[in-house]
Amino acid sequence: MINVGTSVAQVFEHTKSEGRAALIPYVTAGHPHLGDLEELVRAMNDAGADIIEIGIPFSDPLADGPVLQKAATKALNNGTKIRDVLQATERLSAHSVPLVYLTYFNPVFHYGVRDFLKAARDSGVKGIIIPDLPWEESDEVFHDTQELGMSLIPLVAPTSTDAHIASLAKATGFVYGVSVTGVTGVRQEVDAGVKTLVERVKRQISLPLAIGFGISTPEHARYVGSVADGVIVGSALVRRIDEAGVDAAKQTYEFVSALRKALSD
Amino acid sequence: MAMMKEVPDERGRYGSFGGRYVPETLIPALDELSVAYEQAKHDPAFHQELDALLKDYVGRPTPLRRADRLSEKLGFDVYLKREDLNHTGAHKINNTMGQILLARRMGKSRIIAETGAGQHGVATATAAALFGLKAQVYMGEEDVKRQALNVYRMQLLGAEVIPVSSGSKTLKDATNEAIRDWVTNVRTTFYVIGSVVGPHPYPMMVRDFQSVIGKEARQQFQNLTGTLPTHIVAPVGGGSNSMGVFYAFRNDPVALIGVEAAGSGIETGKHAATITVGMKGILHGSLSYLLQDDDGQIMPAHSISAGLDYPGVGPEHAYFHDIGRARYDAITDKEALAAFHQLSELEGIIPALESAHAVAWVIKEQDPLREQQARVLINLSGRGDKDIDSVRDYEEGHHD
Repeated sequence: MINVGTSVAQVFEHTKSEGRAALIPYVTAGHPHLGDLEELVRAMNDAGADIIEIGIPFSDPLADGPVLQKAATKALNNGTKIRDVLQATERLSAHSVPLVYLTYFNPVFHYGVRDFLKAARDSGVKGIIIPDLPWEESDEVFHDTQELGMSLIPLVAPTSTDAHIASLAKATGFVYGVSVTGVTGVRQEVDAGVKTLVERVKRQISLPLAIGFGISTPEHARYVGSVADGVIVGSALVRRIDEAGVDAAKQTYEFVSALRKALSD
Repeated sequence: MAMMKEVPDERGRYGSFGGRYVPETLIPALDELSVAYEQAKHDPAFHQELDALLKDYVGRPTPLRRADRLSEKLGFDVYLKREDLNHTGAHKINNTMGQILLARRMGKSRIIAETGAGQHGVATATAAALFGLKAQVYMGEEDVKRQALNVYRMQLLGAEVIPVSSGSKTLKDATNEAIRDWVTNVRTTFYVIGSVVGPHPYPMMVRDFQSVIGKEARQQFQNLTGTLPTHIVAPVGGGSNSMGVFYAFRNDPVALIGVEAAGSGIETGKHAATITVGMKGILHGSLSYLLQDDDGQIMPAHSISAGLDYPGVGPEHAYFHDIGRARYDAITDKEALAAFHQLSELEGIIPALESAHAVAWVIKEQDPLREQQARVLINLSGRGDKDIDSVRDYEEGHHD
């Protein structure tokens, strides 16, 4: 059973025992409004998410495609501040599956790396993903997360070298596998290279591997879930939230349920 | 004067600045680029080809000459290094020639670039055309409007200009889009970065390609006067022309002054004075000074000069500032415009608005410079043709 206090690593032990991949949906905090975060997280939780990624918006999200860029811009334009996201998370985390933050390095650096990570830990999140902080630049952040009992979740891309993959062995939690060379966003097909990437990572390290970028439908999720340990869905969900208006929580529940069903079948 | 420590280190650090803050997808490409650049750097054939192109195609060396009427007016010697006389009208071509040659060595068939004022876009399109390569250039929608002439020049040269509508619709956002493109097409695409910014090895590589400015200027100044200048003044947006002229003088007893854009005035918050008021942060792949708010969100920059309108600055400038090797000051739009007219009328040279900032600093600081009997070298980074519409609009009051 995944409940409060479960670590990211334990989630994967649990989903593995159920013979399925973990489902990891993503929402941008502050989109459409910060006040919606609690309801959206509850909807994802109730629909069977195993880990939830909360994006802290950044003005220049260079690893993101149009959908997540737009969500971040909206969130910032309506006044979303990091401290408010931390507070909102604190209220949520006690009633939720494990939460992880996704943000860019400058907001973390500006806040103060150690202070931010402490505040994140205190808000109840179990891990952090920073797409523009490559593993080779992350010594300080890695050290601090380990000391604070959190996971710094490293990324691996189709272009990654074997040396990079091997160096991830010391990481905790899971590895975030980028399905394509590219930015986040909805895509028609899952890239044919996913299987190769998963095999390369599995040959070298034993950490769970979740795949993200471009996974947009239950069918995509079913396929990726059959080869990897976890499935990350961001833009497809955020686009639904964007289009749903007042129905956002209901649409979130339905979409995440459909994804979860695809993984459990 | 003690010799300066050589930077960057092998991790691309200039003191605490620099580094590589990009998605993992790009790290292997940066490694590949570092290796290719190291090999080219030590290959006499590469230098021979580049030097020949700079001489016969770009028109180097560019002249250095005393600005006689300006010197008489100010009461001390002012010399101009004429980067405006390069083919395509600015220093940018020095770097794009080097990078395009490198792209060819690496077998990359597709070229992308970002541009603000358009000078780097034109220089990239030019170098790509020379070698029959396809170039796509990202440009903020705001800059596409401000720099219509350069957009047309790029198109004439066979490049595709891609307008960017995200964020502030200027250089910062064009750079984000170029990086997104590069992440997507990294296996086939060479990203020609236009300034001493970005992830390692770009700041070092662009500096090296631009350092031809300072090498020539140092020799020319000595030939002309038998001595060195007391001050070198250059505009700083990302900082490539200034680093290009500073670098050869880094171990000389010469004051180095980088001039940033104060826009409507530092106190108005509408400026691009990154080092003057910025804080340390990470943008576009490196750690440097940045314009940012209390939450670490990047603030839009403002300058009458599209070429200076950037919220970041090269990490080596941040380092020069930190160790006190260079001084950074800021000049307002108004001051730059007055200098734009003065240089045009006194010397018959219409400078780029970027360069007008450097001229304005010298005019503003004329009293102390006169007392010191200064010998000032201004790097005239580009010519002002592209800016004539902006200047006219501004003076007719069509600005906010």
